[in-house]
Amino acid sequence: MAMLEIEELNVNYGMIRAIRGISFHVEKGEVVALIGANGAGKTTTLHTITGLIPAAGGRILFEGSDITKTPAHRIVSMGMAHVPEGRRVFANLTVLQNLKMGAFTRKDKAEIAGNLEMVFSRFPRLKERQNQLSGTLSGGEQQMLAMGRALMSSPRILLMDEPSMGLSPIFVNEIFDIIAKVKADGTTVLLVEQNAKKALSISDRAYVLETGMIALEGRSSELLENDRIRKAYLGE
Amino acid sequence: MLNFLTYLINGLSLGSIYAIIALGYTMVYGIAKMLNFAHGDVIMIGSYLIYTGMITWGMHPVPAILLAVVGCTILGITTEKIAYKPLRGAGSSLAVLITAIGVSYFLQNLSLLIFTANPKSFTSVVGWEGVSLFGGELKIQGVTIVTIIVSLLVLAVLQFFINRTKQGQAMIAVSEDKGAASLMGINVNRTISLTFAIGSGLAAIAGALLCSAYPNLTPYTGAMPGIKAFVAAVLGGIGSIPGAMIGGLLLGVIESLSKRYISTQLSDAIVFSILIIVLLIRPTGLLGKKIQEKV
Ligand SMILES: Nc1ncnc2c1ncn2[C@@H]1O[C@H](COP(=O)(O)OP(=O)(O)O)[C@@H](O)[C@H]1O
Ligand SMILES: [Mg+2]
Repeated sequence: MAMLEIEELNVNYGMIRAIRGISFHVEKGEVVALIGANGAGKTTTLHTITGLIPAAGGRILFEGSDITKTPAHRIVSMGMAHVPEGRRVFANLTVLQNLKMGAFTRKDKAEIAGNLEMVFSRFPRLKERQNQLSGTLSGGEQQMLAMGRALMSSPRILLMDEPSMGLSPIFVNEIFDIIAKVKADGTTVLLVEQNAKKALSISDRAYVLETGMIALEGRSSELLENDRIRKAYLGE
Repeated sequence: MLNFLTYLINGLSLGSIYAIIALGYTMVYGIAKMLNFAHGDVIMIGSYLIYTGMITWGMHPVPAILLAVVGCTILGITTEKIAYKPLRGAGSSLAVLITAIGVSYFLQNLSLLIFTANPKSFTSVVGWEGVSLFGGELKIQGVTIVTIIVSLLVLAVLQFFINRTKQGQAMIAVSEDKGAASLMGINVNRTISLTFAIGSGLAAIAGALLCSAYPNLTPYTGAMPGIKAFVAAVLGGIGSIPGAMIGGLLLGVIESLSKRYISTQLSDAIVFSILIIVLLIRPTGLLGKKIQEKV
């Protein structure tokens, strides 16, 4: 049984169908990349999985249970966290308050404290700035906060939407290092990226999304060698 | 001088009432991004509930106020569920605004039907006479003092709730980004409901204080204070809780002093002119802020 299984998913915006019958799966312990051009439907796919927008058809199974109609606020306590596109940290809350928001559904104070330690050791910058308002952080720091906030729920699967978007190369490398560590800790990752090269080098498998359909799929190492991918997504 | 002090204190007291109403306006705006123009009428309903409790049923003021708080809380949650929630996400903030005006007229007409247009003479919920200073030169009514204390208490409790409790933090999160908030596991609909509940409960308290100071209760009693409180919320920076407090106090003082020193008839015009001037200079209001998103 796959950890996350998407079957024949359709998603509409009004009359427009943005996702057209896609199917894919993520196995436990894998990093799976979802790549594709701007507007291909990557964000829409993630939003539908976590219930932010409704599916028009198809099924979403998480660890065997059907979550197609599960409202967004029930998802995180099931073990799935979503780092949304554009980071979306709470600007009027401090770094620490944002991180605590990530553990909103958890009750065990000791576990929350343990997670906070873990996040701070992984992102020392966040520890230094814990009492600063998040709106005053730089883009890279906000991305770290968004990731740290998601990790506060101890997810079994982490969905990340373009974590490297708009960041300087140093931050991009740092973010990908963290993703590697998250995987090493045994967390499953579904990674949406515009930076196809980076995404393919860090992931085990990948799917290529084109205008709401899966155009190509396979092992990431093989996709890196694929001519079509090299031309269209790696700029070679 | 003592005359000035009297008007200043009365202004602070009136402003405290505006502030409590403005808190409801600003919290609901912050979270549901809508101007609840029926908010003033919730005050009026609360006042009628207290009146009914005290006069018709002979209740002590405290349980009568509690009854009104509970009644208004239920009213707030219900109107949100029935009238506003179905329109959320419909993409038109105008539709919600017009609905709120409709709810306002509905509540006024409902009270007309039940309580008629004849003014009811409200009995003050504050039994205390007040204090007399400077050998009787400066008299401050009990209700004036109680009003100021209650509003400070309300502000303190609210600040504690918002900054120190999980539900309060959830409110800030929802007011900033509903999608991101729900990804944290926050039930957005329940949080909005809770905000309406708190705002409406505060309206009942405001009603008790307002009608104790101005004991003439009609179905239109809530309308003008509602609009003034809206002005106060905008003046302070809509969405900001300390802003609503400062805006309310400022408005009350300006109104009271301009009645004394400029003109009774013009006091409302002065209040609204000040709003316009402040908004020209600071479009976000006194404490309203816009955090720039950094990339
Ligand atoms: N809120 C929306 N309303 C209407 N159309 C949308 C909305 N969001 C996205 N779309 C459209 O859906 C398609 C997929 O968008 P998106 O999922 O954001 O793509 P990606 O994340 O791959 O860049 C695009 O054609 C986009 O214009
Ligand atoms: Mg996207």
